[in-house]
Amino acid sequence: MSVKSQSIQSKKETGKDERLKKISPLRVLLNRPELGALGGAILVFIFFGIVAGDTGMFSAYGTLNFLDVSANLGIIAIAAAMLMIGGEFDLSIGSMIGFAGICIAIPAIYWGWPLWTSIIFAFAMAVLIGYFNGIMVVKSGLPSFIVTLAMLFILRGATLAITRLITGRTQVPGLRVLIEDDPIAWLFATDTFQWLFTWLGSMKLIELRTDGTPLATGIPPSVIWFIALTLFATWILMKTRYGNWIFASGGDKVGATNVGVPVGRVKISLFIGTAVASTIFACIQVLDAGSADTMRGTLKELEAIAAAVVGGCLLTGGYGSAIGAALGAIIFGTVSMGIFYTDVDTDWFKVFLGAMMLIAVVFNNYIRKKVTETK
Amino acid sequence: MSEYLVQFNNISKFFGKVIALKDVTMKLKKGEIMCLLGDNGAGKSTLIKTLAGVHKPDEGEIIFEDKKIIFDSPRDALDIGIGTVYQDLALVSLMSVTRNFFMGREPQKGLPLLKTFDIEKANKIAAERMGQIGIDVRDPSQAVGTMSGGERQCLAISRAIYFGAKVLVLDEPTSALGVHQASMVLKYIVKAASQGLAVILITHNVHHAYPVGNSFTVLNRGKSMGTFQKKDISREKLLGMMAGGEELDKLEVELKEMDRIANH
Repeated sequence: MSVKSQSIQSKKETGKDERLKKISPLRVLLNRPELGALGGAILVFIFFGIVAGDTGMFSAYGTLNFLDVSANLGIIAIAAAMLMIGGEFDLSIGSMIGFAGICIAIPAIYWGWPLWTSIIFAFAMAVLIGYFNGIMVVKSGLPSFIVTLAMLFILRGATLAITRLITGRTQVPGLRVLIEDDPIAWLFATDTFQWLFTWLGSMKLIELRTDGTPLATGIPPSVIWFIALTLFATWILMKTRYGNWIFASGGDKVGATNVGVPVGRVKISLFIGTAVASTIFACIQVLDAGSADTMRGTLKELEAIAAAVVGGCLLTGGYGSAIGAALGAIIFGTVSMGIFYTDVDTDWFKVFLGAMMLIAVVFNNYIRKKVTETK
Repeated sequence: MSEYLVQFNNISKFFGKVIALKDVTMKLKKGEIMCLLGDNGAGKSTLIKTLAGVHKPDEGEIIFEDKKIIFDSPRDALDIGIGTVYQDLALVSLMSVTRNFFMGREPQKGLPLLKTFDIEKANKIAAERMGQIGIDVRDPSQAVGTMSGGERQCLAISRAIYFGAKVLVLDEPTSALGVHQASMVLKYIVKAASQGLAVILITHNVHHAYPVGNSFTVLNRGKSMGTFQKKDISREKLLGMMAGGEELDKLEVELKEMDRIANH
């Protein structure tokens, strides 16, 4: 009897020790979903710092270049991550980018709409399509994989068919002249902090063109959008009731419904979120290039999901972070640009992308087990 | 004011031709623990879902605080104070204790449109509530997945009480638990009742039900075999009333026989 009670006591004591260990700062850090992506991002920067440190990759111009690519991907990756935390996928992101592009270009060029009305029109279409995706998934109970795969084909096909029907081509150029004096377009087409770059140029701190203006003219709009969206999404996830509902909807749909979380509404709004993010992406690209192309955004949905996964989102939902997805996008953006500065053939980029994703998934699974380990 | 907090009078529920429940009557006072016993398929789940507002009874009435109540949804039942803790507990194991505790009913602060989830307050309440039941949550931001089965059950019950349950309906709270964990949950149930809640404890384990129950309702094939006060019925008799009791009797005789042979 006394032996038994002793063993129980010692059990209790070790139990307490375990608890003490659990709240160590390292443990807290380990529990953050973005840990893997942060480590990955640091490794990527160290790697290119060593391999391509003296090639101009990290000059003002080079940095803005890979940040721009990262930011574009990040805008859709964050929305995709939020939807994944909410327990669903959106495979129609890429097609939505193409569709939103022609929603801006055709009314503006062929129907004579002011540019700002066609931008608003594109966003309205995005809300409609996102709502349709969401309501289909919620009401039918079908996997979002199937519903949005269907939407991937429908939107891409419609983009191509409508554009060719109206314009006879697959590209709609001529938007650049419309940007000036437009009340909305500047939101997606203005380089900010130009004064800073002009000043840096005048101080000879950054590279100049032959005419004396700086090579890097300002922070591209994509980067501003990217930072703003990362902060906004993080605020929503961590600090609001709606954020808690997103985690709950993805973590356990039935349980969340039983305690009064409006799971359907949450999911529909997240689908609208990915469609709207695709449209932001499209606005920036179309206004930057001055033209819309029916094939724009192809495969972007998979890159967005890959970035979200590398950023720590679980494919099963209920776990992940916006900062993680942002870091995932930075990893991909940096490598896709950085590879040009190295001797490595750029064909290898996709190999890297795939390998990175595999490592991330294995790592995330391990972390999830750690987090939910029963005492 | 009748002496009963909640009464279920002659509840019947049909699914097509199947009679799931027939004329089931139960009455509960404040502070009473009623155990609803029955073997698998006896109609326990259907009865709970009727209490929780998931199913509407086809016959009979539910009277709560002397008023006849008709539930249109589970939300209605929650709103008047019937809190149901299902077997799956409605907990998300990847989410923190606090986030689970306030899931769907998060406290907010701040300006309209910029309202934020008041995590400090939520953490404090969650830790306090868990502390009251003797679970020391040092870090309310730890994932529920790290808690033991008994602790999770207690968290789910504690949550139902915090959000205003007057009648607590517990669906098999001890079925998946070991002896130690089960006794922890049962202790907490007794404590909750002593604070004036009426508890309906659904179980098929008489050994868990008998020590804590004040009265016992036995369901068999959709019908109530009656409600018994503890003083009027023994554990063995209760066991016998549930389907399978006879089999256990037989088993006991056989075991005794084997014992006798072995001792010879």
